[in-house]
Amino acid sequence: MRLAQCFALENDLIRADAIEASEFPDLAALYRVYAVPRTVINGEGSIEGSLPEDFFLDAVLKAVTPAADEPGA
Amino acid sequence: MVKGREQHMGLIRDDDATEIRERLKEMVNPVRLIHFTQELNLEYGRETRQLVEEVAGLSDKIGVEVYNLLLDKERAAEYGVDKVPATIVRNGKDHGIKFYGIPAGYEFSTFLDAILNVSKGDSGLKPDSREKLATVTQPVHLEVFVTPT
Repeated sequence: MRLAQCFALENDLIRADAIEASEFPDLAALYRVYAVPRTVINGEGSIEGSLPEDFFLDAVLKAVTPAADEPGA
Repeated sequence: MVKGREQHMGLIRDDDATEIRERLKEMVNPVRLIHFTQELNLEYGRETRQLVEEVAGLSDKIGVEVYNLLLDKERAAEYGVDKVPATIVRNGKDHGIKFYGIPAGYEFSTFLDAILNVSKGDSGLKPDSREKLATVTQPVHLEVFVTPT
């Protein structure tokens, strides 16, 4: 969550929610959260685990760039 | 850092409070914690509010506003809150940084980092990352699922 909130602080178009999975089991089930952290991007793509800054940012950018418009994991 | 929820007195231990108070001295600008709760609450709701208020009590630069998701619908819409407990960390403006559920355990330090970063108005990211983030021109919603342990 640390990086996601830094991204949100950097660009107003980016929002970052930390969601305590055990308090929102339905949402966690909907997004198939079996392990944490799991980052869901625009309700579709996702990133598993904690990644270093560069990798996490690239994964987020790839998920939201139309050219790389794959449904995600 | 934060004790189990069978505790009703203080969620933050005295020695931790001293350490947190020290960290919060790095704050520059005031931060507001906008907390949404709900009367018919989830079991963690009351504890989350208490934790948010205890953290706010450790710095005179932190203010808390508490709203009810069901009663303060306009405010909830303004912040895009759709579930509770929710806590927004903002300064003069809302940067879209929210914590749904209790920011305890491992997430507690993330919560403190959010307060510090928002207070400083500085993400602390690398220059490269900032440049890349500046190129984002469409809304991005990151939902990071976490657990306290």
